[in-house]
Amino acid sequence: MIILGIESSCDETAAAIVRDGHDVLASTISSQVQLHAGYGGVIPELAAREHLRNISPVVDTALAKAAISIDQIEGVAVTSNPGLIPALLVGNAYAKGLAAAKDIPLVGINHFIAHIYGAFIGQPELLADAANFPILALVVSGGHTAIVVIQPDGHARIVGSTLDDAAGEALDKAAKILGLGYPGGPVIDRIAKTGNTSAYDFPRGLTGAAGKAVKPEHRFDFSFSGVKTAMLYAVKDRSLSDQELADVVASYQAAVMGVLVTKAGDAALHFNTPVICVCGGVACNSYLREKLSQEAGRIGRKLVLAPPKYCTDNAAMVAGLAWHYLRHGRSDGLAMPTNARLDHDLGIIPFAPNATMPAN
Amino acid sequence: MRLLSKQDDATLTLGRMLAACLPPASVVALYGDLGAGKTVLSRGVARGLGIAEPVTSPTFTVVQEYRRPNGQWFYHLDMYRISDEQAALAFGIEEFLYATNAITLVEWPERIAALLAPTATIAITLTHVGESQREIVLPDHIGRQLLATGLPAGISQLADA
Repeated sequence: MIILGIESSCDETAAAIVRDGHDVLASTISSQVQLHAGYGGVIPELAAREHLRNISPVVDTALAKAAISIDQIEGVAVTSNPGLIPALLVGNAYAKGLAAAKDIPLVGINHFIAHIYGAFIGQPELLADAANFPILALVVSGGHTAIVVIQPDGHARIVGSTLDDAAGEALDKAAKILGLGYPGGPVIDRIAKTGNTSAYDFPRGLTGAAGKAVKPEHRFDFSFSGVKTAMLYAVKDRSLSDQELADVVASYQAAVMGVLVTKAGDAALHFNTPVICVCGGVACNSYLREKLSQEAGRIGRKLVLAPPKYCTDNAAMVAGLAWHYLRHGRSDGLAMPTNARLDHDLGIIPFAPNATMPAN
Repeated sequence: MRLLSKQDDATLTLGRMLAACLPPASVVALYGDLGAGKTVLSRGVARGLGIAEPVTSPTFTVVQEYRRPNGQWFYHLDMYRISDEQAALAFGIEEFLYATNAITLVEWPERIAALLAPTATIAITLTHVGESQREIVLPDHIGRQLLATGLPAGISQLADA
């Protein structure tokens, strides 16, 4: 089954064509990062206007790359939550229009679950084996930082999440404080490579570092607002040499990523998950990938790192995930709503090996 | 009125008390740099309004909506990624300002200055004094209400500048 996926929840307009959930025929992204660079962030109004301008060319490009016609599309999937409402609406209006015009099924996709699926695109054998479950997913992006445990029957629970800022936001805001531009992730990754990770002892929120007790209910939660403030004070009223800047950035990155690694490892042991998967834009970070590999090796777990092209926002994860809903007979009507916030009830995860869900 | 908070916990408690001073349709404009403690004060206000769920940064989503136990709303807005009033209006900001069934708190309000009614907006400014200390400037009528109930531990009044 060939599915067209559309993603417009934030600053990327993306379209992808995926066969049977795993065979990516085309994945196209119209990057708007340059457009937003002047503002230090994404501007929703601008994003919506740009999505509108981008969406048709992006879909047409994906079709051309896949060398298929729109009439060969058998289903259309679109991110319907969570995200910026004006941006989401563009993709949803397009997808609904196409579903109605071509009389093909429409599937609304949760962006958060799609990021998890992004780690497994092209690896159906991994998902088919119940021995790999429960799977622990670390979802780290500009908008989310959470640990999810997925059971073989598809039941999923967010066992921990950020109490304040997301990890990606911590990187973006640090880059802003240090005058490094937007987005913060790639530039911090690059500069940190030449710095000393132990030059500064930045706080590691909710880990019990520096003798600070962690309440049991926050064992798998995150907090990244304190590290940002500590860094601000470390650089305030100073003019940094290139090496000093690299040391600040390397120490900051080590503090943020160190918390992610510690908590993911702790959760994998606690929930006894044979697989740890990491996904979302921050999963592109090379230091995080390296440290998670070491940690997974140390505790004897299999690590599944989402490929960088499926870490950042893309539509292949949307189209791929939709196939799993459709094979369970699940689709959505044209009245499907968009929703800005993440619903913590993730429903049944359709790509789990023993998932059952009523068809509609 | 100028207050000094010794630490985050005190700022949180002040936010909780501040909530009791906010009638429906209140808009609080929260000024302060990155890391000045806006999110902490916002979380305190949310707790004071009866919201128990995590109050996370609205930077990415621009708006976080919370349902209060009394059925009314708490809107937590962050204009950090909004360029100006025009962008805010295109986003649909008017739905979240001065709604009769809601209390709204706006971070980075300077981006939408022209949309905030000066006399109907409670302006609060947070400033770094030290790594954990913050100066908090708020309208006198709010300050008097807080003094009447007693300032929390860790909060002291400063002489007028």
